[in-house]
Order: sequence, then C-alpha cells, then structure tokens
Amino acid sequence: MTDRTDGAKALSSEDKVNVEAAPAPATAPDSKARPAAPTPQDVVQATSPAIADPILDVRSLSLWYGPSQALNRVSLVIPSKRITAFIGPSGCGKSTLLRCINRLNDLIDEVRIEGDVRLEGRSIYDPSLDVNALRKRIGMVFQKSNPFPKSVFENVAYGPRIQGVNDRRRLEHLVESSLRGAALWDEVKDRLADSALGLSGGQQQRLCIARAIAVEPDVILLDEPCSALDPIATAKIEELMMELKEQYTLVVVTHNMQQASRVSDYTAFLYLGELVEYQETEKLFINPVRKQTEDYITGRFG
Amino acid sequence: MRTARGKRVDWMGDGLTALCGGALGLNLLLVAALLSVLIYNGVGYFWPRPVTRLELAGGAVVLGEILDREPIFETLDAGVPAMRIRIKVGNRDLGSADFRWIDERDIVSRSLPPQAVVLERVEWGNFYGTMVELRHGAEVLSTGPEEVWASFRLLRERKLDELAVARRLERKEIGAVNHEMERLRLERKRLEGTPPSAETSDALRAIEDEQVRLESRFEALSQRLFDLREDLVAETLIVEAADGTRAEIPVVEVVRAVRPNVLDTAQASGVYVSRVWEFLSGEPRESNTEGGIFPAIFGTVMMVFIMSFAVAPLGVLAALYLREYAKQGPVVRMVRIAVNNLAGVPSIVFGVFGLGFFVYLIGGSIDQVFYPEALPTPTYGTGGILWGSLTLALLTVPVVIVATEEGLAAVPRVVREGSLALGATKFETVWRVVVPAAAPGILTGLILAMARAAGEVAPLMIVGMVKLAPSLPIDGYFPFVHFERKFMHLGFHIYDVGFQSPNVEATKPLVFATALLLVVVVTVMNLVAIAVRNRLRAKYASSAV
Repeated sequence: MTDRTDGAKALSSEDKVNVEAAPAPATAPDSKARPAAPTPQDVVQATSPAIADPILDVRSLSLWYGPSQALNRVSLVIPSKRITAFIGPSGCGKSTLLRCINRLNDLIDEVRIEGDVRLEGRSIYDPSLDVNALRKRIGMVFQKSNPFPKSVFENVAYGPRIQGVNDRRRLEHLVESSLRGAALWDEVKDRLADSALGLSGGQQQRLCIARAIAVEPDVILLDEPCSALDPIATAKIEELMMELKEQYTLVVVTHNMQQASRVSDYTAFLYLGELVEYQETEKLFINPVRKQTEDYITGRFG
Repeated sequence: MRTARGKRVDWMGDGLTALCGGALGLNLLLVAALLSVLIYNGVGYFWPRPVTRLELAGGAVVLGEILDREPIFETLDAGVPAMRIRIKVGNRDLGSADFRWIDERDIVSRSLPPQAVVLERVEWGNFYGTMVELRHGAEVLSTGPEEVWASFRLLRERKLDELAVARRLERKEIGAVNHEMERLRLERKRLEGTPPSAETSDALRAIEDEQVRLESRFEALSQRLFDLREDLVAETLIVEAADGTRAEIPVVEVVRAVRPNVLDTAQASGVYVSRVWEFLSGEPRESNTEGGIFPAIFGTVMMVFIMSFAVAPLGVLAALYLREYAKQGPVVRMVRIAVNNLAGVPSIVFGVFGLGFFVYLIGGSIDQVFYPEALPTPTYGTGGILWGSLTLALLTVPVVIVATEEGLAAVPRVVREGSLALGATKFETVWRVVVPAAAPGILTGLILAMARAAGEVAPLMIVGMVKLAPSLPIDGYFPFVHFERKFMHLGFHIYDVGFQSPNVEATKPLVFATALLLVVVVTVMNLVAIAVRNRLRAKYASSAV
C-alpha cells in the first residue's frame, strides 16, 4: 500500500499532463503541424486522445505477479458511454489491466499494485471503499462464458438477489428487461427454468452480459468476449455492444483487430505491459503515431 | 513386428489390454459369486420343504426335513461310498436334538405322509408329527388328523385376535403405567434430593398418592392380563411325534402350521411369502435363532441416518474451510494428509475413542447435568444409538472431506470470478454458486460414507450395539426418539446368529438371509442417494462443472 502512495506522488507531474490534456481537444492537430522532433511530453499527448467525458482514470498503474511485472506505469482515461478496446499480443497485460478496474486481481496471491484507478474521481483502491459495491458498479463478461450451474432465470436474478431483491415480480421484471437488453429474451423466454448450461456458446455469453446488466452497472468490462464464438455469434455480440454503449461504458479486451476497429470508439495498444498508443480508433488504425503500433496492426509482428 | 499383410502386431499392448479386461472380469465374477451364494443359501430357506418319514432298521421311525446328503468318511475308500443324510427332526421339547445324521444303509422305507404337519412354535422350535386332538381344557373339541386340521385353523384365527388384544394390553396400557411409574420414581428421587420445604413435601405427597393409584391400576391390569393369558392357552393341540410320544401345545403358541407334503405351488408360495414377511417384520425369538430381524433392520437404517446427519455438515464445512478459506500452505497440506490417514485408522480404534470420549466423557457429563435422579443407572453414559452414530460419523468424515474437496476443486475459477464480479461476497459466492455446483461430488462422498457405516460392526460393539434390544429407538413415549437407547444392527446380528447362537446348525440359512438383507439395505440406501445425485446432475445438464 505504501508503494502505491509513493508511486502516485512521484508521478503527479505526469498526471497533470493527462488531466490537462483531457479538456483540450485541439492538441492533436497542433502536434501534427509541429515540424520539430517530438519531445517525450509531445509523445504522451500524441498517443492519448482527447476525452471529453471521462469515467475511469487509470493513473500510472504498475502491477507485479510475484517478481514479474505485468503492467508498467500505464495511464489512460476511459470515456463514458463509449466502447474502449484494449489490443495487443498475448501476455501484453491487457486482461490484467482490465481486471484491475474491478479489482479482480485482488484474488490472486502475490499480486502487487502501484498507481491508481479512479472511478468518477474516486480511487477504487481507497481502503475505505467496499470492493463488492465497486464490483456492482463495474460488471464483467469473461473470455469463457461462465454461467452458474443454475437456471437461466436464476443466473440473471443472481446479482439482484445478492443486492437483496427478493420480490418475485420485481425479479421477473429485471430478468426480462436484462435478457431483452442482452438480445436473448426471444430465444430463452420459454426455457427460463432450464439449466443455463444447456444454452449454446453464444447464448451463454449473452446470458453473461444479461447477468452483468441486471445489476445496472456503470461500466461493463468484456474480456475477449467473442474469442470462443463462431462468426455469427460474434456478430450478434458486437451488435449488442453497439446497443449497450447507449447506456453503459464498455471496455473490451480483444485479440481481434477487426473487431476493435469495427466496434470501438477508442483503442489502446499495449505491448509488454506498457501502453504504447491510445487514440480514437479510426486514427489508431489508419494513422498510428508509433511505429510499434503500425507494425502490430499491419501484422508485421504479434 | 508385422504380419504378412503389414498389420502391426502389438504384443505388449494387446497383452496389457487382456490383463486389464481379465482383472475387471475377475472382479465382476467375484461379486456375482458373492451375490449368488447369498441368494442361493438365503432365499431358498423360506420355501417349505417336504417332511419325510423314515423307517429304520430296528423299528425306529424318524420324521423330518431332509437337508443334506453326503458320503460317509469311513467308507470313502470303498468303490461306491455309503451315503448319510442330515435330517431336521425338531421336537426339542421331547428331548431330541434338532438334527440327526442317518446312515442310508439303515433306512428300511421312506414315505411322504400327507398328514404330516410342521408346527412352527413360539418356543422349542419346530414340531414334526401328526395332529391328534384339539382340546379346550379337558373337553375334546375334535379328533382325527383331518378334523383337527380343519378346526385348528379356524380356532387359531380367533386366538390370534385374542393374542393381539393381550399384546395391546401389555404393551400399551401396562407399558404406559410402567412408564409413568418410572417417571414418578425419578421425580420423587429428585425431590428427595432437594432441601425439604412445604412445597416439596406437598409434591412428594401428591406423588405418593399418584403412585398408590398407579399401583392399584397396575394390579388390575395385571390381573386382566393374567386372565387373558389363561384364556389364551386354554385350547391345546395334542400332537403325536413319529415315535408315538404325544405333546400338548397351546394353540396360541403355534406361529405357523403347514402340511408341506400336500401343498400345491400356490399354497407353498403363500407359506414362503408369510415366512419372508415374518423374517422382515418380526422380532427375533429363541435367542435370535428364529423369528424376524426387524429391530436389526430398523437399528441399522436409523444409525446410518443419524450418522449422515452428523457427518454431512461436519465434513462439508471442514472441506469448505480447507479448500476455500484456509491459506494453502504446508499446514493445510499436513492437515489434508492427516485427514486422509484418519480414513486408514482401524475402525475398532474409533470404537474405543467413542467409548472414552462420547460415552464416558460427554454421556457421563450429560447424565450428571440432566439425569442426576437416575444415577447410578446411566442414561447417556452408556452405549446408545447416538454414540454409535457419532462414532461412525468420525470414522467416515475423511471420506466426506476428501470427496467434497474434490467437488469444490472441480468448480472452475472463472465461475467464482463471475459471481465475485457481480458484487457477491466470498461467502455468497461459496454458498450460492460453489457449493451447489459441488453438490454431486459432496453426495458421492456421503454415499461412500453411508455404505461404509452400514457395514461397520467392530466399533459399534463397544458403543451401544446389542444382541437383543428390548425396544426400538423410536416409540410412542415422549420424546419419541430415544437417542440413548441401545440398538440392534444387521452386521452384528449376522455374527451373533452365525457364531454365538446356541443352535448354529439351525441358523446357518438365517446368516445368509441376513447377510443378503444387509447388502439389500445398503444398496437401497445408496440407490436413493444416487438418484438424488443424478437429479442434481440432470438439473445442471451438460455441466462443465
């Protein structure tokens, strides 16, 4: 814990850069026009987009699993009600970064974290913060669909029940609206009492999304949600993500660069635990600032 | 190596496959042999056998059921050895042994007399002979085998109703008076132990009055029972054994009368069913050599139930702590090894521990605190069904812990994370997601524990199992379930009937029948548990868990 506060203090100057950069959308064209070689501060600005409405603020986050470092001073700001994608080769730390946002990494022994993540300005690593309350605000969908061994209904009702909703009518309403929200209602409305494990892979993944939105979170983290699905199921999930961003902030980790370019508004490219470039998606894919990014998205490595 | 067609011959692999298959086959063969021995020896026993009359050289006449035939040892060297037969002649009250070996060379003639009758009696075992007369006191009701047979059956129906009345009087009414008197005795003893005061002396006087009232009621009931008993034995049957000696048997003491030589298949089946039913539902007679084994079935099942209720929470909670909460490290690893080793401790050691810990320490303390008025007679401070069950719960808890831990370990981490990511606490996750997902594994452990407990005899012998329990652990008197009572058990019954019986020869088939029943009871209990488990599995069909 002391490490983290030290780290946060030491990096306050870099913080300022980000914070100042955020409300000034005019910086990006400026940096392009400048003829001289970019200074380090310019690079930070150039590789970070202007975010008008931030919800999550990752500040110089470093993470170690035992002796090996998985994240190295990652800073980025995630906009509200947009889709932000994390891309990068395997082992680059994108899933680790995602799991820091709802503090799921806490469960792993020997994990050490420095830096900070702020949700609407408040540190999620504040010792007085209730982790369970945090996780209710930040839902998560996993790489492998993980419905509970319960009925479809009970899967979706699980979150509300945990929060103390026991009124049957209210639960039914919540389950229906969540399943509709996850575009699954029409497929499962006649089999709500059946085991969730009998659904197809794509349906299971949408059930997990329904389960996540049943607790009405602010942010939904998606950890490679389509990597185990066929193209049709993937298309459905992507379509759903586009709908969900009307209401929720989505952060998605993906291996699939087409997917990132199709669905996301902002894309962060991570490599070896460092944030290489973070831009509006279109800009990152068409005109990346860093050569590393260009090499990766054009398939020259990774 | 290759054959001419180029197909590779894998001697090692094929040999190994054959070896494995052979081992499995041998196992199946052993199980099949076990069951068929039990079924062959146990099930046939209840079928009525013909009664043969043998006239021997020298004029003696023998009547009975022929059971065995074997060569005589001394004549084995001769070309065709002489044979001897084992015949059950019964009539122990007339001074004969139950069984006789007869050299076939001594037999002059054999016949199957139609009027031969087998009387199964409350006392003295079977009687083989013919019916002569039916009497009421000195008055002769009927004579001649056929007439007596006809009127006997009608009379016996009536006597059985009367017997039921007498039994009810004895069990219900006199039993209630006895129960109440014992309660008053203890209450009085308790009051006498307290310092004297006006209230206690009033209470004591009230108790004394009540005792006097009960005493007189007891006298009246006893007199009525005595009269009923006299009426019951008023009608007697005069029967004649093969050698002409006569015996007088009260009609009510005949449990079953059969004329085996004139039974058709339907009648024989009727006798078979009634005998099997008596075996399953009746109480043992004649120091367990006859009658039924219902108290042993009841004791076994109840003991396993109490054991399950004790072992399931204990084992599951311990496994939950070990797997979900304890910090995995050398200490937990050592605990796990210790738990596994506990399963290998000889069961009699658990029995001794149960005697010292449950019976003497806990039971003795319970007596001191709750039943001081009954001391020095122990209530819980002696073996009983509760202590037997708890001892077996300790014996089987490692099985449940290991199976539960395996079930918990099989729940994928991603499912737990799914619950935590919804804001559930660790406890909610474990309780609402992990335990239900692990339920089939937990039930598997419980099934194994139940099977082990149902067959365990040695530790129970010192913590409450008895050869003959006077009453079942559940009855109509408050508090209805009597955990402190001693109980009977099928496993011990097998040992007792087979090796401690005064009439081992007669009870040999009962040993097989009881063993078969024990197998059936264990199987039925396991099938129920397996059905529950399969329902759970089907509920979460195609589970990756």
